[in-house]
Amino acid sequence: MSAPTQIQSERRVLRTISGNKGLQIEEPLIFEQGMKGRSGVDLPAVPPHKDRLGALKRKSDIGLPGLSEPQVVRHYTKLSQKNYAIDMGVYPLGSCTMKHNPRLNEKVARLPGIGDLHPMQPISTVQGALELIDQLAHWLKTLTNMPAVAMSPAAGAHGELCGIMTIRAALLAKGDARKRILVPESAHGTNPATAAACGYEVDPVPADDRGRVDLAAFKAKLGPDVAGTMITNPNTCGLFENDIIDIADAIHEIGGYFYCDGANFNAIVGRVRPGDLGIDAMHINLHKTFSTPHGGGGPGSGPVVLSAALAPYAPVPYVVHGANGFDLVERNGSAFGRLKGFHGQMGMFVRALAYMMSHGSDGLRQASGDAVLNANYILAGLKDEMTPAFPGTCMHEALFNDEFLDGTDVTTLDFAKAMIDEGYHPMTMYFPLVVHGALLMEPTETESKDGLDRYIEVVKGLAKRAKAGDAAYFKGAPYHTPRRRLDETLAARQPVLRWKPEAPKKAAE
Amino acid sequence: MSEVRYSQEHEWVKLDGDTATIGITHYAQEQLGDVVFVELPEIGKKVEKGKELAMVESVKAASEVYAPVSGEVIEVNSTLTETPATVNEDALGKGWFAKLKVADKGQFATLMDEAAYNKFVEGLH
Repeated sequence: MSAPTQIQSERRVLRTISGNKGLQIEEPLIFEQGMKGRSGVDLPAVPPHKDRLGALKRKSDIGLPGLSEPQVVRHYTKLSQKNYAIDMGVYPLGSCTMKHNPRLNEKVARLPGIGDLHPMQPISTVQGALELIDQLAHWLKTLTNMPAVAMSPAAGAHGELCGIMTIRAALLAKGDARKRILVPESAHGTNPATAAACGYEVDPVPADDRGRVDLAAFKAKLGPDVAGTMITNPNTCGLFENDIIDIADAIHEIGGYFYCDGANFNAIVGRVRPGDLGIDAMHINLHKTFSTPHGGGGPGSGPVVLSAALAPYAPVPYVVHGANGFDLVERNGSAFGRLKGFHGQMGMFVRALAYMMSHGSDGLRQASGDAVLNANYILAGLKDEMTPAFPGTCMHEALFNDEFLDGTDVTTLDFAKAMIDEGYHPMTMYFPLVVHGALLMEPTETESKDGLDRYIEVVKGLAKRAKAGDAAYFKGAPYHTPRRRLDETLAARQPVLRWKPEAPKKAAE
Repeated sequence: MSEVRYSQEHEWVKLDGDTATIGITHYAQEQLGDVVFVELPEIGKKVEKGKELAMVESVKAASEVYAPVSGEVIEVNSTLTETPATVNEDALGKGWFAKLKVADKGQFATLMDEAAYNKFVEGLH
């Protein structure tokens, strides 16, 4: 037997009786804590009554756990403490834009006149709410220089669906929906999925060595059967598509439409207007660019701005200025249909408009500038120790490949696990797929210079440690989490998706 | 006598008469990492060279497997549905994906032989 390593022997000494480590408390599943007959509420006994359920009468216990109120409160509080959130620290996930959710937005969204609204109230009683939607639409149209916007899509991918269905409707109106949609290889996975869901064949366009769409390859793929293209700008490599106007001209020349994935609009707000680039449709993630919560914190919202050519086909309902104030158009012959119940994510509209109005147009312009500055600060701070995927500056996210780990036996995954021990949520890894072992970092404008300096120091330190030959340390990480390295493969191959009670004992029947 | 050829998209194809057995290369499975899901085509499906034949998903990414030659699907390796790990364990053997009845054997000749593929892979890193 070999001698225990220092880490192993330390762990033996430090093992607690409970298995807890200070505030890191082991928490059983709620079903494992439940006890028959225990309850958080005292309900009066059911008075004698005639049962009219007949055959629908419940045959057995439904198996809900029995717990007291403090047990339930403690359970969910402990679970919430195991989360990492933007409210706790730097959240560098690239392509996700985890930025601070200002508390002012939350306050406004909870005002009684807004928080208590019901979507089925008569139009005359919700004039303020419709005005709010109209105001937000005005901001979105102004920031993008686009004449129309469909407010109802519920998130980014839903917005893509809205955009491509609008394009399909516009082409069908001319008699031919066409067959292909061109999508760059660096695209978000939802882009090809959307095109395929709308019945199109996805034709991938390669990236050039600058990490941008290969214009010559793009043009070579054009033809009369191409319905359009879906391009993210700035793209998932964190780079501005310099040839975007040429791309727009080329797609229009063959009668196709240009869909822009606006997930990264936060990098260009107040500086570039997509309408000026020849874009026909673009979704805007309110939950990214305009700070409304997401990732478990709230539903997304993905309004789609539309060019004049596509506007007639936008889904219903939409807000118009009527004779007696604001009104909702629920029917329109040329609309491709309805995408969502009611008018979209009202709670997110409120938060996004609060963000816009509290920042003002100059503040929004500064936010995009700061987001790009912060990403470049990270790129500059790490470029000597790590390997940037592409030369030059970046937009809102800094992208590295895993070349700096060559020969170290440390992978991007190991590196990410070691970041968890340092108290940071890992960056996005292995995406975009066009970059080997990608490490994609997006700090957003939320982070201060001090916070970025600490982050850079830590990541740099890890890169140095990897290169110094300490692969075993990385292979064992994370060390300080409630659970260590999880078996992702087994989880994917044999997922256990729900708790199941132990087989009932015969005698209990 | 069967011969194996390779595509730039990291598929291998073995030709026996007019039957082509297709899989992904050792390099491809290594890059993907642990394979957790494989989607196979339906028997009778006609695929064109360069178009999607199957899907392979690992803990890292989901990728298409393209048909290196055109043909009609005559057999699929349904054991992969149950044990996708076979792709990692024996990419060039038991981890094959599908067999095609090939229409144009000339397409086979345009693919890389082993030496050329090895050189191609070396150039990637």
